[in-house]
Amino acid sequence: MFGLGKHDLKILIIVAILALLAPFILNPFPADSAMAQFNAGYPDLMQRFAIYGIFAIGFNILFGLTGYLSFGHAAFLGVGSYAAVWMFKLLSMNVLPAILLSVIVAGLFALLIGFISLRRSGIYFSILTLAFAQMSFNLAYSVLTPLTNGETGLQVYNDDPQILMGPNSSTVTNLFGLEMRSTYTLHIGSWNFDFAVGYYLCALIMLAMFYLSIRIFRSPFGMMLRAVKSNQTRMNYTGLNARPYTLAAFVISGMYAGLAGGLLASMDPLAGAERMQWTASGEVVLMTILGGAGTLIGPVLGSGFIKYFENIFSKINENVLHEWFSFLPQGLENIMVWMVSPFVGSGWHLTLGMLFMLIVIFLPGGLVQGGQKIMHLFRRDRPEDDKPGAARQSTPAE
Amino acid sequence: MSNSNFTRRGLLKTSSLAGAGLAMPTIFTASSVAAYTNEPDGSGVTLGFNVPQTGPYAEEGKDELRAQELAVEHLNGEGDGGMLNTFSSKALQGGGILGNKVSFVTGDTQTKSDAARASAKSMIEKDGAIMINGGSSSGVAVAVQGLCQDAGVIFMAGLTHSNDTTGKDKKANGFRHFFNAYMSGAALAPVLKNAYGSDRRAYHLTADYTWGWTQQESMQAATESMGWETANNVLTPLATTDFSSYIAPVLNSGADVLVLNHYGGNMVNSLTSAIQFGLRDKQVNGKQFEIVVPLYSELMAAGAGENIKGVLGSMNWNWQLPDEGTKAFVKSFGEKYGRPPSNSAQTCYAQTLLYADAAMRAGSFNPCAIVEALEGFEFDGLGNGPTLYRAADHQCFKDVLVVKGAENPTNEYDTLEIVEVTPRAQVEYAPDHPMFAGGELGKCNPGA
Repeated sequence: MFGLGKHDLKILIIVAILALLAPFILNPFPADSAMAQFNAGYPDLMQRFAIYGIFAIGFNILFGLTGYLSFGHAAFLGVGSYAAVWMFKLLSMNVLPAILLSVIVAGLFALLIGFISLRRSGIYFSILTLAFAQMSFNLAYSVLTPLTNGETGLQVYNDDPQILMGPNSSTVTNLFGLEMRSTYTLHIGSWNFDFAVGYYLCALIMLAMFYLSIRIFRSPFGMMLRAVKSNQTRMNYTGLNARPYTLAAFVISGMYAGLAGGLLASMDPLAGAERMQWTASGEVVLMTILGGAGTLIGPVLGSGFIKYFENIFSKINENVLHEWFSFLPQGLENIMVWMVSPFVGSGWHLTLGMLFMLIVIFLPGGLVQGGQKIMHLFRRDRPEDDKPGAARQSTPAE
Repeated sequence: MSNSNFTRRGLLKTSSLAGAGLAMPTIFTASSVAAYTNEPDGSGVTLGFNVPQTGPYAEEGKDELRAQELAVEHLNGEGDGGMLNTFSSKALQGGGILGNKVSFVTGDTQTKSDAARASAKSMIEKDGAIMINGGSSSGVAVAVQGLCQDAGVIFMAGLTHSNDTTGKDKKANGFRHFFNAYMSGAALAPVLKNAYGSDRRAYHLTADYTWGWTQQESMQAATESMGWETANNVLTPLATTDFSSYIAPVLNSGADVLVLNHYGGNMVNSLTSAIQFGLRDKQVNGKQFEIVVPLYSELMAAGAGENIKGVLGSMNWNWQLPDEGTKAFVKSFGEKYGRPPSNSAQTCYAQTLLYADAAMRAGSFNPCAIVEALEGFEFDGLGNGPTLYRAADHQCFKDVLVVKGAENPTNEYDTLEIVEVTPRAQVEYAPDHPMFAGGELGKCNPGA
């Protein structure tokens, strides 16, 4: 079905089930229990999982297949967001034109940057993309303030033109009247499950993009991209020009990033310049490597992992810790809190950094490799006939 | 490799699946039984404290957090009550808010609009926060204020000094206790005139983003109205760390005052650079060269160390103020944390009390009732003397402090000394002042 092989179809179905049932899967703990702290099934975070999943899937098409490490992908995300918010300001709060324009604008922007940056490869390419992204950040932060509203971020105001808005039009982001923020909460016992329209839009687009990326991975075009990664010089000697292929991959992944940016703005109509900062570009690299570069499902896992830490661990403060350890005697409780507190709350970066190091050292293939190892334990007797989800390469990423 | 062989059956299967997928979200529609977002059920109420815990303003954010924790203690009747005893409104008696025990959740803004909105959203959606308090940047304040307006919760801003927060970006659900750039200019100008005379040429170095611009605009207008000239205004990129190339031209410009419209690490670096160039030892036009820093914070003063001695600036509040409210707050803060509070800490503490008080007086947590209770509210006893929350733009009006770097600091917290307490009347302006024009408050939004 869908023109996919058996194995790819299996992965797609797994991702689809995970995405559609996310409100249940991410809320395993009752709302009134102490473990509710670890629940991630609220609309905003689920949307972020899906959106950054799209961002990482797109990045993986460039980095995972061609090995070109772009350090400036956040620029496309930012451009996409700005384009989307401008559509809200000029047309109406319908997300469809906003998302379309964000993809187109990001694609054009990627064409421009890619055309210049792809004249070099390896570290020079990375530095060039980084330079362009920082340039875009600075432009957005101060120089182009009339267009981007600078530090404050671009927002929709009541006195914007919004020429397609009627008197009864919704003033929040919507898809033909279906408001992104409307949420149905299902109460089962002491469990609460939130089903948000915005999340399902993101999840469906994510699934479509995931499917597209499988098709790209398995296409002759994807094979060309892999050839670029394994040995570009040899490819040149056979008379093939690699540039059009790498440029196409760069533009496609830029469009993915633009789509993610447009969706971010659709869920929350604000575009800030920090979205383009080099830390944001670094984050998507981390996501991809953490999950497993060059694998299909890896980037999605990696983005979920990082966003979970950012949003859940950063909110565990000392009060919460005192509650957790309140069963201990006073002195011991304080010692436990003192020991744990540097790793949660504002110290979430530290925990994430350590986990990242552990994963890179012990599982160079990322979380996907970890999963494969576990699977392997359970079916040791089976011969290695079915190939793993994607061709993982033994050569390290550039 | 792709194997794309379209069949009629395959196409039907695919399209029906896609159709079902697209139709699915329409099954769910908003179910609203609550009258407003996160209506408490009587067992407790949750406040959301959204402050920078990582990034350049982390220290400020952590101090805000300390003050907010203290405020929650006082609201629940623990500790010594702090400013509850001096607050002119007596609605709060230390029994929580409207019979609900107060608890709080915290989030990290990272001083980024995106991250701040994400953490505010998670506090609203996941933890059921009824209001969001705190923050340490105008960009973040404006972003989170917009979010709270849409989500239907009350926002109180923390440290934000840009005119825009209650100017073109004002929102009905947002309030600001902190002062702003215009007030800094209005308070500083007379003091500068007394200290340095009315015949001066000022050279501005300005951080190149919204806050810097509004600060520079306000300072230029205020100083020019008392007779100063403006020699030049140079914009410096935010990421600048070495200001020597910006300082050198100041000497040749014929200016005799340098105004540093910088904040945080920027200001520490530019001031240090200016001192190293020996600007303050120079005589220009027969007058002593002077430096002015319009916005001070304790953190910046500590960072700049010796260099700020005698440099004038303005502040929202200082722990050395003599009034009863300040004394009570400094005492209970000092007993708990062993240090005096910063002015952003005082802002967040006061805002938490003011929110709670408004809820008590309104008899409801409904954001619209709270907005009504806070609009035009006059009170005293939270530091800074008699204070007004103006209805027209939700800006707070109170006395502004003009301070200078302490000449002879006696301890590590005694970095700034109060030069003058500028009375409220002198820093007031009309709601439609050109520097605050554009934008509209809109209507309060209770969400749900």
